[in-house]
Amino acid sequence: MMATIAVNGAGLAVIGLIVWWFWLSRPAARRQDDIPITIVAEDGVYSPAYIEIGRDRPIVLRFLRKDPSPCAAKVIFTELGVSADLAVGEEQEVHLNPQPPGEYEFVCEMHMYRGVLSVK
Amino acid sequence: MMAEQQHIRLSISGMSCAGCVATVEGALRAVPGVTEASVNFAEHTAEVFGLAPSQTLLAAVKAAGYEAAELKGSEDQAVKEAAEMAHYRRLLRKAAVAAIVGIPLFAAGLMGILPSMATATGRGFWLAAGVATALVMAYAGGHFFVGAWKALKIHNANMDTLIAVGTGSAWVYSMTVALFPERVPSLAQHAYFEAAAVIIALINLGQALEMRARGRTSEAIRRLIGLQPKTARIVRDGQERDVPIAEVGLDQTLRVRPGERLPVDGLVIEGRSNVDESMLSGEALPVEKNVGDEVVGGTINVSGSFLYQAKRIGKDTVLAQIIEMVRKAQSAKPAIGRLADRVAAVFVPSVMIVAVITFLLWYNFGPQPVVSFAIVTTMTVLIIACPCALGLATPISIMVGVGKAAEYGILIRNGDALQQAGKLTAVVLDKTGTVTEGQPAVTHMITVNDWDEHDMLRIAASVETGSEHPLAAAVVEAARKRQLETAVCDAFKAVAGRGVQAVVAGKTVLFGNRSWMEDNHVPLGDLPAQAEVLAREAQTPMYLAVDGKSAGLIAVADPVKADSTPAIQRLHALGLKVIMISGDHRVIAEAVARQVGADEVIAEVLPMDKADKVAALQARGEVVAMVGDGINDAPALAQADVGYAIGTGTDVAIESADVTLMRGSLHGVADAIAISRASVRNIKQNLFGAFIYNVLGIPVAAGALYPLFGVLLNPMIAGAAMAMSSVTVVSNANRLRWFKVRENG
Repeated sequence: MMATIAVNGAGLAVIGLIVWWFWLSRPAARRQDDIPITIVAEDGVYSPAYIEIGRDRPIVLRFLRKDPSPCAAKVIFTELGVSADLAVGEEQEVHLNPQPPGEYEFVCEMHMYRGVLSVK
Repeated sequence: MMAEQQHIRLSISGMSCAGCVATVEGALRAVPGVTEASVNFAEHTAEVFGLAPSQTLLAAVKAAGYEAAELKGSEDQAVKEAAEMAHYRRLLRKAAVAAIVGIPLFAAGLMGILPSMATATGRGFWLAAGVATALVMAYAGGHFFVGAWKALKIHNANMDTLIAVGTGSAWVYSMTVALFPERVPSLAQHAYFEAAAVIIALINLGQALEMRARGRTSEAIRRLIGLQPKTARIVRDGQERDVPIAEVGLDQTLRVRPGERLPVDGLVIEGRSNVDESMLSGEALPVEKNVGDEVVGGTINVSGSFLYQAKRIGKDTVLAQIIEMVRKAQSAKPAIGRLADRVAAVFVPSVMIVAVITFLLWYNFGPQPVVSFAIVTTMTVLIIACPCALGLATPISIMVGVGKAAEYGILIRNGDALQQAGKLTAVVLDKTGTVTEGQPAVTHMITVNDWDEHDMLRIAASVETGSEHPLAAAVVEAARKRQLETAVCDAFKAVAGRGVQAVVAGKTVLFGNRSWMEDNHVPLGDLPAQAEVLAREAQTPMYLAVDGKSAGLIAVADPVKADSTPAIQRLHALGLKVIMISGDHRVIAEAVARQVGADEVIAEVLPMDKADKVAALQARGEVVAMVGDGINDAPALAQADVGYAIGTGTDVAIESADVTLMRGSLHGVADAIAISRASVRNIKQNLFGAFIYNVLGIPVAAGALYPLFGVLLNPMIAGAAMAMSSVTVVSNANRLRWFKVRENG
């Protein structure tokens, strides 16, 4: 009986943890003042993945793809209609016009690589 | 974090002295972020170091009064392909290593020859199998675990998370059973090492196959990039030498010999030739090029050798812009794909929650041994779920569809244009230049009052020499062909929608339509009746009067393009209503419409009112495609649900419409609509497949069939299904490559 309660309790706790970790919380954004901002695509993640940038300034992101799998081959800014092909081992700059404050997601084609550009 | 210094090379045009060097260097150094800038006057290049983006540098040079372009190395496709091939082989090697451990274990299990964990030997065997599996997981599946961990740290969950948690939990459970069998009920003493190894083998294999299939989807871009030669022959100080294309600067003189491809865009400065532009425009016949004519990089010099001056290089060339546009469009997603994106964004954590619920349901309500059932079903749920297929469904079809269109000289600007094309009900065709050649010619002349044709034409051409009206150009051209010398005209006056008035050799000449003659009280006799007959044959009659008396009629017609009628038949076959719009007189417009088989005519429309007419059709409930030239018809193209700009040759109005047709033929519109519809159909198939796969697969993996049929999905089958789901989506998209737009061709 105790085991059943413990297992069910643990299961519910894991569900709560998933909801909290993946949907309700997020890592601290890294403030970037240097232009361009270098973002490495490797092992299924963009590093850094959460970037904070000041408003009213042009944004230059320099992507460096280290992951040879096709998943990392393209970066797409869904709301901005901007995308770039990333070649393995080559830097690719993405130039964005100054954006109003808000959060702009950038993803790979399959939405497995994900990052957020936060304009403040 | 400090950003890295970068090195940018620019080609500078317009520098004539050493003073210019100082000006350009000063302008570049003034750009924030530039640490060093030096200009090489001999080569007309600038080397810039620092953090400033190239666009800012180009703008600074321009502001200083010069032209500049970035010099970039061409993409080395061979190196890229070699790297892709190496990764492909690595994935296959990993799949093979995992299979070497997983398959024998799996086969022995099926044959029932695996030792029991109750004996010491059996335990030893299982512990060894566990270690071997761990090694396989580290070598062949290590990247899944690293990816999952890195994603977890940034609060993200991806494909790697599902694979790592699924195979990791299988291994941990199996190792626990092997280490402490006495603590696990005998029924539950089962290890799943083979499942973990086989799943990793299958997923690596699936990724390798997907990579191969995806390579084929970008064939169109590769073919376009392949049009760009790697070297150019520059002429400097009378010497010719071959240089890499990246070193060609603005205004440099280039030599092209017969059979060679042109490296960049420019103007012919010496010699003449015929150039095959078919790869860019789809036009079959070579185009004659003389001094002063524009030539475009990527086209082939067919006959003579010529010199030309580079005017657009690097990413400014027409070919580079086409490649860029195709690339952009290939990344664009139509609305239809956005639902899948929203689902994909929350998919992995949702599957993890479903997996935990599955575990709890089996643990609480499942048969004995509950832990084994719970572990297997949880693992199967995690493994079968495939967010990749969902995420890939739309972009991969768009990529192939847009590439296919590019092969036909059709440049699609965005994914929504592709989707809207499927809903079109009506196509509005601008008459002049779209249905017709757009180059009117004199077809008939009728003289009265003792005038002869030559005199009448000479007077009319004298009046029209300075006019920019297309009909005027036809009259001037007819006079030129007959080698008639025009006279000087004075007191020229043009009245829009009426005609012109001028004084030639002391006589007052009126040239224009019937209203213009009536306004000036010119007696016309039976000319209007003859004009009516000509108008019904789609000819535009223009009256000439000298000193208040009629001299006759000059009729001008714009011939219908040879393929307009069959192309309109194809539009009808696609279920579309064809409406022709024209600024011409109703009688003429109707005559052309009859000739080509258009369903409706909107005539006598001023250019600025075309957009309103399109809006009126939309208000009537039509979903409208507008086909016209990219410059004059821009407002109507923008108003339409899908705007198709018809270009001629390489004169591509890339920015002006949703879809740009590089050829002048109306067949391009039918081709574009057919490809769009096929692409949208393909996307729907992919989305349906990916959704159904996950919607059915996940419950089956969770054991939904068990209460009714007593069957559970083997986690290895789930692994195979997952590996193949992405491959299936990519392969289905690849089918579009074989799509033929015309039944006969």
